[in-house]
Amino acid sequence: MPEPFKILTSRTLTLSQANIDTDQIIPARFLTTTTRQGLGAHAFHDWRYETDGSPRPESVLNRIDPTERRILLAGPNFACGSSREHAPWALLDYGFRAVISTSIADIFTSNALKNGFLPIVVDQGTWDDLAAHPDQPVTIDLDAAEIRRGNAPAVPFAVESFARQCLLDGVDTLGWLQSKLPAIESYERARAPETAQ
Amino acid sequence: MNPPRTLFDKVWDRHIVTAETADTPGVIYVDLHLVHEVTSPQAFAEIEVRGLTVRRPDRTFATLDHSTPTLPAGPDGERPYFTPAARTQVQTLEANCARHGIELAGWDSDQRGVVHVMGPEQGLTQPGMTVVCGDSHTATHGAFGALAFGIGTSEVGHVLATQCLLQRKAKAMRVTVDGALQPGVSGKDVALAVIAAIGFGGGTGHVIEYAGEAVRSLDMEGRMTLCNMSIEAGARAGMIAPDQTTIDWLRGRRHVPADFDAAVADWLTLATDPGAVFDKEVTLDGAAIRPMATWGTTPDAGASVGAPVPQPRDESDQKAIDYMGFTAGQATTGHPVNVVFIGSCTNGRLPDLRAAADILRGRKVSPGVRMLVVPGSEAVRRDAEAEGLHHVFTAAGAEWRIPGCSMCIAMNGDFVGPGQLAVSTSNRNFEGRQGKGARTILASPATAAATAVAGVLTDPRAYLEAPAHA
Ligand code: SF4
Repeated sequence: MPEPFKILTSRTLTLSQANIDTDQIIPARFLTTTTRQGLGAHAFHDWRYETDGSPRPESVLNRIDPTERRILLAGPNFACGSSREHAPWALLDYGFRAVISTSIADIFTSNALKNGFLPIVVDQGTWDDLAAHPDQPVTIDLDAAEIRRGNAPAVPFAVESFARQCLLDGVDTLGWLQSKLPAIESYERARAPETAQ
Repeated sequence: MNPPRTLFDKVWDRHIVTAETADTPGVIYVDLHLVHEVTSPQAFAEIEVRGLTVRRPDRTFATLDHSTPTLPAGPDGERPYFTPAARTQVQTLEANCARHGIELAGWDSDQRGVVHVMGPEQGLTQPGMTVVCGDSHTATHGAFGALAFGIGTSEVGHVLATQCLLQRKAKAMRVTVDGALQPGVSGKDVALAVIAAIGFGGGTGHVIEYAGEAVRSLDMEGRMTLCNMSIEAGARAGMIAPDQTTIDWLRGRRHVPADFDAAVADWLTLATDPGAVFDKEVTLDGAAIRPMATWGTTPDAGASVGAPVPQPRDESDQKAIDYMGFTAGQATTGHPVNVVFIGSCTNGRLPDLRAAADILRGRKVSPGVRMLVVPGSEAVRRDAEAEGLHHVFTAAGAEWRIPGCSMCIAMNGDFVGPGQLAVSTSNRNFEGRQGKGARTILASPATAAATAVAGVLTDPRAYLEAPAHA
């Protein structure tokens, strides 16, 4: 069950490159794990480390304190590529709680929301404004579904209504789906014999 | 009269358990759930923590493919796993399948293969079905007129426990490729041309239906290659309406319905009705497509083999061109290639291997090139060996391996070294996808084979027109 998400105030970290794919977020060679934990150590691994394992000083990710910048401001088509849920697991474990971009891949969005990591799509103007003020704290208010920065006008954003409610109330999606079992069973009966075991 | 519906509408409508509302997504029934070792362990753990079991093990099929070695077991029977973690991951799936009564195409099975190669060839994938897997290339199965899409691990748990998913319906997009394909142009070239046309994120939020004469002319393997890469345009799924080609391919396969003809009559009703409306339409001229290759680090960065690298549109393009070591305005055909990889769920099927072997027969892999050929499944391996294709590859100097994802994702020990340039028949050319620092050009099996011979990226038509002296 994800941690509930209501409100988050943090400074942002900008990774402006377009098409930051899931192999950048968590390279495939770190997927031979059977748990969800500990993937933060490998988040953006190949951007942070040389082939010999030494840290790359030029990587902004090695120069920040992840507890101080919990909102990622990413270039368009963020998290395109694979369906690996290891991507939001790694970002969360690293310290991020949300990503703001002008477009975010479908499967990542679905995976992130199930883990209490908020993907937010904004227009280019809003993105540019946020990128211009990296050191000013930004508030993501999920209940009001808006982003606030200083005295700038609040910017509304859209989140799928059910996922939003689940995050605000800490609803367990699988539990909710299980409550639909009677309907699932009658669906199966109606499709019998095709669906019958 | 009912309003005209698309293929996607028809398959979707059949699987609605409860309809979506403004507040809640729909509950959608899953006919076939495919499972592999990488994205499932946490899902099994999650349902077990809750004391749940797998609701429909009869609709769940598993295989080993991603972290499996492609070299055979040693004399002691030990598999040469790349890491102990890879072995643990495989053993975890074996144990989970045994505990929950799920059929596993494991090490000793003659059905084992890359999940999207294995499912169709065993007849598990059928028209009109919903098919899911914790894998973004699940769209492959859409070639049969199924609605097939990748899901995350939490959703794998949902399907294990309930056989359903919470979903909102995606938008519909139609990509029509008209005209007749030129000789030497394959499903892979069509896929790369389509992605180049609509862009890397151009299909986001959509399910694509592929239509048109060029699509109809593809065999099932070519259609699977095309649907496979739908995700590389950001689309949830890709679909092609079932037709005679589909039916002929499926007849006689292991899991198809006992009353096959009745099923066929139903499947043929699935095609998009005339007049059905799509949210987005794109049309391409199939006759204009040439063998394609990528020049950047996203699958939409594709151009005809030999065409100059385009001028960068933005910083990201420039970064991609720099990473690849190419130059805008110049062709990529002059750079020495270090590795050629033929395989994956995109191009690891029998016709793919035949296309490569046709070029390699009587020729040699260039001395500077390492060529790896990995059949997509045990069935493909058997068929290829029965035709003697493995002899063609090994005689040319290529390595012939046992099935698996291999260098497509490079998590099993098969990888491209730092800075090396690879021409691969797989689906992703992301930075480091095939190994840290690896540089990847995506192309068809024929182009990859021609490249292996020449040592530089090469249009395969040069070899098709001039047979080697055997
Ligand atoms: S072959 Fe590649 S794309 Fe296909 S399932 Fe395996 S890793 Fe994924």
